[in-house]
Amino acid sequence: MIVSVASGKGGTGKTLVATNLAMSLDFPCQLLDCDVEEPNAHLFLKPQIKKEEKVFKLVPKADVSKCQLCGKCQEVCVYNAIAVVGKKHLVFPQLCHGCGACSYFCPHGAIVEEKQEIGVVTTGESLHVDVISGRMKIGEAMAPPVIRRVKEHIRPDMVAIIDAPPGTSCPVIESIKGSDFVILVTEPTPFGLNDFVLSVEVLRKLNIPFGAIINRSDLGNQETEDFCQKNGIEILMKIPFQKEIAEVYSRGDFIVEALPSFRQAFKELWEKIQPKVAV
Amino acid sequence: MKVCVTAQGDNLQALVDPRFGRAKYFLAVDVDSLDFEVIENVNAQGTGGVGIQSGRLMADKGVECVLTGNIGPNASDTLKAAGIKFCLGATGTVLEAVEKYKKGEMTLSEGSNVDSKSGA
Repeated sequence: MIVSVASGKGGTGKTLVATNLAMSLDFPCQLLDCDVEEPNAHLFLKPQIKKEEKVFKLVPKADVSKCQLCGKCQEVCVYNAIAVVGKKHLVFPQLCHGCGACSYFCPHGAIVEEKQEIGVVTTGESLHVDVISGRMKIGEAMAPPVIRRVKEHIRPDMVAIIDAPPGTSCPVIESIKGSDFVILVTEPTPFGLNDFVLSVEVLRKLNIPFGAIINRSDLGNQETEDFCQKNGIEILMKIPFQKEIAEVYSRGDFIVEALPSFRQAFKELWEKIQPKVAV
Repeated sequence: MKVCVTAQGDNLQALVDPRFGRAKYFLAVDVDSLDFEVIENVNAQGTGGVGIQSGRLMADKGVECVLTGNIGPNASDTLKAAGIKFCLGATGTVLEAVEKYKKGEMTLSEGSNVDSKSGA
């Protein structure tokens, strides 16, 4: 069973919810940090790292002895990562998505694909939680291949909690697709609502069941709750704006341990999700 | 001799478009007769790699020299590989840029003068 924690707006509390949910469970589970541009779940779970694997993408290079400069590779590359001009075959690796179309369509078998490191995936353990984190290499732009490698670690016999990146673009879709349920974390502000509405549209399109958590629920306005009510979205939990929560979080601790009322609240959250997941 | 000027409009009185990759139009001008061909840049709104596309277009059109405002690293690499020269910092109208080029007042550039995505 896969539960993703996502949000349209950044900084609403995805990692707070994902890490505390994992810690509140009283059975072994996995936590996958798919926010590979800025992974941070490990700062709280502090796992003992057991393995680190490199992630590569395949970048084309023309074998000059075979290349006829016909330009077929350039024509099929939708990312404009190849230019065949004059007597030269140029590759722009930073634009390449590693899809392999150039190699597949080259009529002369002249495309050699070379590995380029784009990130790492680390696996480790923290009490009952297996922690798997992806981290992109600085300067790289392609998050989805790193996210896919993180998700390859999902074990079907375990509960997997995914800490997704913020937003509604490719990395988010890559992270949450295949989930049985998504927890959307938002805040009751105009920005929070705007991005929440976008996330709701994405989830409806992907046909994944979801519910909302409103963080800093006593700030801002009523509009996010009104939107949920009007659209039949269950508010699974409200987290108030409390100095104690901020203090515990900024120390890198868990609110389910430091503030006992939250242990109960996260247990109830889990119980609410259970019946919504069609297994 | 055919030069190509990036332009905001489709005639010689149009202002030079300071962007290369995302220029609205390319005007391929014969420097002697001032006959010109208007090439609308269909890639101007593309998401990425636009400088490379525009560079390939210049090669396809047999352009010998590009006159524009700014050029990024990918476009610069593409033009250099195609053996196309370029002069940067062009301003005013397309005609003014061509006249300046004819008088030898525009210097050829060795490489890019702005980063990727500067014209996005």
